[in-house]
Amino acid sequence: MSAEAVSGSLSKAFFALLRRDLLLAFRRRTELLFPVIFLLVVVSLFPLGIGPGPQLLARIAPGVIWIAALLATVISLDALFRSDFEDGTLEQYVISGHPLTLIALAKIVSHWLVAGLPIVLLSPLLALWMNLPYESLGVMILTLALGTPILSLIGSIGVGLTISLKRGGQLLSLLVFPLYVPILIIATAAVMAASDGLPYTQFLGLLIAGLITSVTLAPFAAAAALKISLS
Amino acid sequence: MLVASQIVFERYFEPVFLPVDFQLNSGELLLVTGANGCGKTTLIRVLAGVLHPTSGTIENQFEGMAYVGHYLGIKDDLSVLENLRFIRDFLGLSSRSCKDVVEQVGLTRVAEQQARTLSAGQRKRCALARLLVSESRLWLLDEPYSNLDIEGVELVDAILHGHLVSGGACVLATHGAHRPDWENTRDFHLVSGAAA
Repeated sequence: MSAEAVSGSLSKAFFALLRRDLLLAFRRRTELLFPVIFLLVVVSLFPLGIGPGPQLLARIAPGVIWIAALLATVISLDALFRSDFEDGTLEQYVISGHPLTLIALAKIVSHWLVAGLPIVLLSPLLALWMNLPYESLGVMILTLALGTPILSLIGSIGVGLTISLKRGGQLLSLLVFPLYVPILIIATAAVMAASDGLPYTQFLGLLIAGLITSVTLAPFAAAAALKISLS
Repeated sequence: MLVASQIVFERYFEPVFLPVDFQLNSGELLLVTGANGCGKTTLIRVLAGVLHPTSGTIENQFEGMAYVGHYLGIKDDLSVLENLRFIRDFLGLSSRSCKDVVEQVGLTRVAEQQARTLSAGQRKRCALARLLVSESRLWLLDEPYSNLDIEGVELVDAILHGHLVSGGACVLATHGAHRPDWENTRDFHLVSGAAA
């Protein structure tokens, strides 16, 4: 086969997988909604628990929203490969001869569309609840748009490693949270800097660097992890 | 042609089965028989490339490989047709009509139903339909007769025979309750590694 034919068949496989995963996510709507509702509940609990002091809420808003986003992502991560592993679809991917890296990437993209994108879209509402200053709202959305794909990408490696364990979900959170810490620090620092009227582009630059690094490396690591889990 | 030479697969440093040697030409069926737990499934998974042999080599010159194992690889939330269309698009074979294949395996009546509503036998038929959709030359079947009614068993034999006649090849693992008996069938008796 020529190089063009190969890349053509790979992109066909990629989009076939993406389309099917989105259809599956739509069929399992309740599973899809749960992390989003969880996110909304966690953020709405803070004003109730801390008291509705506008200044205090505005101060802790970036941290609260980002921590809630981390938790919601970790809840949804297990769905990334588990059903494919349990019903034998993963074996079918291997046999198809398509590179597992490409398959992992398609699964990660669909995971982000289903679990990460809603967080980005809901963030203006969350910011309103937490009284986040209007000037830093744009930066908040930007950090989430850049950061949530990194969460899906890094998480995919953890899922790949823990998928063959019965209670892998619990181990998964221990495995990925330490890796999420730098993203949490950088993203909240960016939003806080914007709130204080300080320059924040350096933090966004770091997030972009993190995104590029994880897009190029995580699918390979996830594919390797899946291969280990299959044997 | 599929050539397996001296395949050994070790689990926890113990060989699962004694070294495997065979050669499979197009049009031939290799029946892998043996007692429960002798490693039939493991051997099929090694041939499929899901597991890597500890030593030995597998040389596969067939174009395309399809596998039906104990986990059928069917999505419960998709209908029979959606499942088949996915595998067709995933493999980039847009020419193939999935409706014809559904008819061939006798699932026309439930083609639009979600796979979760199907019986075990119907699910198996759905997985077998994948073999036909994939147009692969080498089929690896792990206990394809389980869960099927008499009609289903005959169906497997019919599509398998058609596949062999058209120049395909198949490795079929079975514990031996039913076995196809054609002249191009060869037996391979697998012996557990614990026997050594």
